Amino acid sequence: MSVMGNRPKVLIAKVGLDGHDRGVKVVVKALEEAGFEVYYSGLHQTPEAVVDKALELNVDLLGVSTLCGAHLTIFSAISKLLRQKGSRVKLFGGGIIPEADKKALRRMGVERIFSPGTPLREIVDFIRSICKEKRLPKITAQK
Amino acid sequence: MKDEIKTLKGEEVKEECSTLSGIPLKPFYTPADIACLDYMRDLGLPGQYPYTRGIHESMYLARLWTMRLFSGFGTAAQTNKRFRFLLEEGETGLSVAFDMPTIMGYDSDHPRARGEVGLCGVAIDSLEDMEILFQNIALDQVTTSMTINAPASVLFAMYLVVAEKRGIPFDKLHGTIQNDILKEYIAQKSFIFPPKPSLRLVTDIIAYSTRHVPKWNPVSVSGYHMREAGATAVQELAFTLADGFTYVEATMEAGLDIDEFAPRISFFFNSHSDFFEEIAKFRAARRIWAREMKERYKAKRPESVWLRFHTQTAGCTLTAQQPENNIVRVAFQALQAVLGGTQSLHTNSMDETFALPSEKAATLALRTQQIIAYETGVANTIDPLAGSYLVESLTNRMEEEANKHFQEIGQRGGMLRCIEEGYFQKEIIQSARRYQEALERKERIIVGLNKYEHPEEKVIIPTLKVDPSVEKEQIRRLKSLKARRDNRKVEESLGTLREASRGRENVMPYVLDCVRNYATLGEIINVWREVFGQYREPVMY
Repeated sequence: MSVMGNRPKVLIAKVGLDGHDRGVKVVVKALEEAGFEVYYSGLHQTPEAVVDKALELNVDLLGVSTLCGAHLTIFSAISKLLRQKGSRVKLFGGGIIPEADKKALRRMGVERIFSPGTPLREIVDFIRSICKEKRLPKITAQK
Repeated sequence: MKDEIKTLKGEEVKEECSTLSGIPLKPFYTPADIACLDYMRDLGLPGQYPYTRGIHESMYLARLWTMRLFSGFGTAAQTNKRFRFLLEEGETGLSVAFDMPTIMGYDSDHPRARGEVGLCGVAIDSLEDMEILFQNIALDQVTTSMTINAPASVLFAMYLVVAEKRGIPFDKLHGTIQNDILKEYIAQKSFIFPPKPSLRLVTDIIAYSTRHVPKWNPVSVSGYHMREAGATAVQELAFTLADGFTYVEATMEAGLDIDEFAPRISFFFNSHSDFFEEIAKFRAARRIWAREMKERYKAKRPESVWLRFHTQTAGCTLTAQQPENNIVRVAFQALQAVLGGTQSLHTNSMDETFALPSEKAATLALRTQQIIAYETGVANTIDPLAGSYLVESLTNRMEEEANKHFQEIGQRGGMLRCIEEGYFQKEIIQSARRYQEALERKERIIVGLNKYEHPEEKVIIPTLKVDPSVEKEQIRRLKSLKARRDNRKVEESLGTLREASRGRENVMPYVLDCVRNYATLGEIINVWREVFGQYREPVMY
């Protein structure tokens, strides 16, 4: 967890050429208001750049928004990089993504995909639960 | 007024109704609400200044709006097939959706294009692709709209050269390129170069097109994307018209007379969910534009003050939940556009929260327009809502609110300054947040989303899948083109373009030469990346 204690630390990123940033900006603000430590990457990032940023900031979660159909390539590149670097950062996403692709994304290690219309509290709850899970192994190990 | 109703009938009245822009609504409207309206001054007849009731005397009685579905995916050949399918089904104009690499000026073999080729639109790398895209389509008989901005000159040049090679004179070509770079910084974020050189590319296109392609619309000043990014109807209206004024001023500064180019400026608005507010927005837009063009810019020809516009239903109102509901939303939004007097209309498909439209969903979207046109009877009377106390009152209010925004923009130092300081971007995202909060608190209801939900329902609608082999195919063809073309001529024409771009000459003739020699989109844009530099948006939220 972050140095700040229990506050989940999240990087929200726009990867690829797509510039639709309404969703990410609304989500970033909502996560801040939920008390999380939140960073926003800005537009047009590469998978390499956001993975480096996620590791540098030592975040718990990396959320990637994509609305132009490139999700399979983008998430596959990011999860590969995260694995290569032995990172425990949890990956999630949002945007225009067909139901049929969600299984493939899940196999790549994407924890959740949020479709348009998702209530913000659902994303907040998801992040809280992931952070709780991330701490669980330590607790069970002490038993 | 509200209190009176309560006491008279003893009924509970919904508290504090307002439009989506936040304009308060009364329970009903009376002549008192439009007492200040002067019919001839503020409305006039259809086809009469200030054109509130429509720019043409006979509107849809003479010709229906153009039914134009934004389409494009995969290769040029695949998109050509979709175009011809839609035309056979009764579509009356074409509208090209390009893929992200094309929109951002990258060839399909660029590392930044990886995984994005042909996915959210058609991949166009060179004149060769453009020739395939319009195969068996008579360019002198169809009107074509191209949603392209930062690289607009290149795609426009490709279209022109396709016509040239078929022996079609430029003055027989009708269509539109979006070419509205200002709203890219504000909302859609598909910019490449910094604002100033970008504005020069825009005015170069306007100047060239005015003189050589007289029936073409060289710019489509767009509010659509601002609205999708979260703007209210009032913000969309004001910021779009302010962009329009900026292009007018820049083109006049480039030495053109207002009456030479203004008749070909066109607009593009969003049709969102608030029925009467949207209709009022379209009507107010026409009136404001006519007044400003005549009074502020001293335009003399009637056509110079006409606000001609394309409309698209609001993609951001579509829901992934119970997606069939989207069909109904789109129908109402399309009806608003027609009641507002649009010249051209795209109806969204029900499946667009998941993927690009399937053939079946696109057909249904087209049928929606056809039902409005041929079954409802709304096209039989021009501006049928004129004189409605509510609609006229809202139209007045939209104009007042827009004027306040123009003053604010002026006080802040004009459009470019406001863009650089992120003023519009911040205003729009604040509106987006307010809208989202209203949904979360259920102050605004979206059926199937925050009321009458079926959270357990598994959505299964067939969606379009772009063949993943498109990228490889594009790269293969690009390689083959580069081996076949005269590379010395390509280099020469790119070199001449570079020189012209450094100076102040109109770059369009040089772009045309590069295109004729089969220089690729990426090669041409790279010249400008080198000369103009690249724009990076400051991170703000």
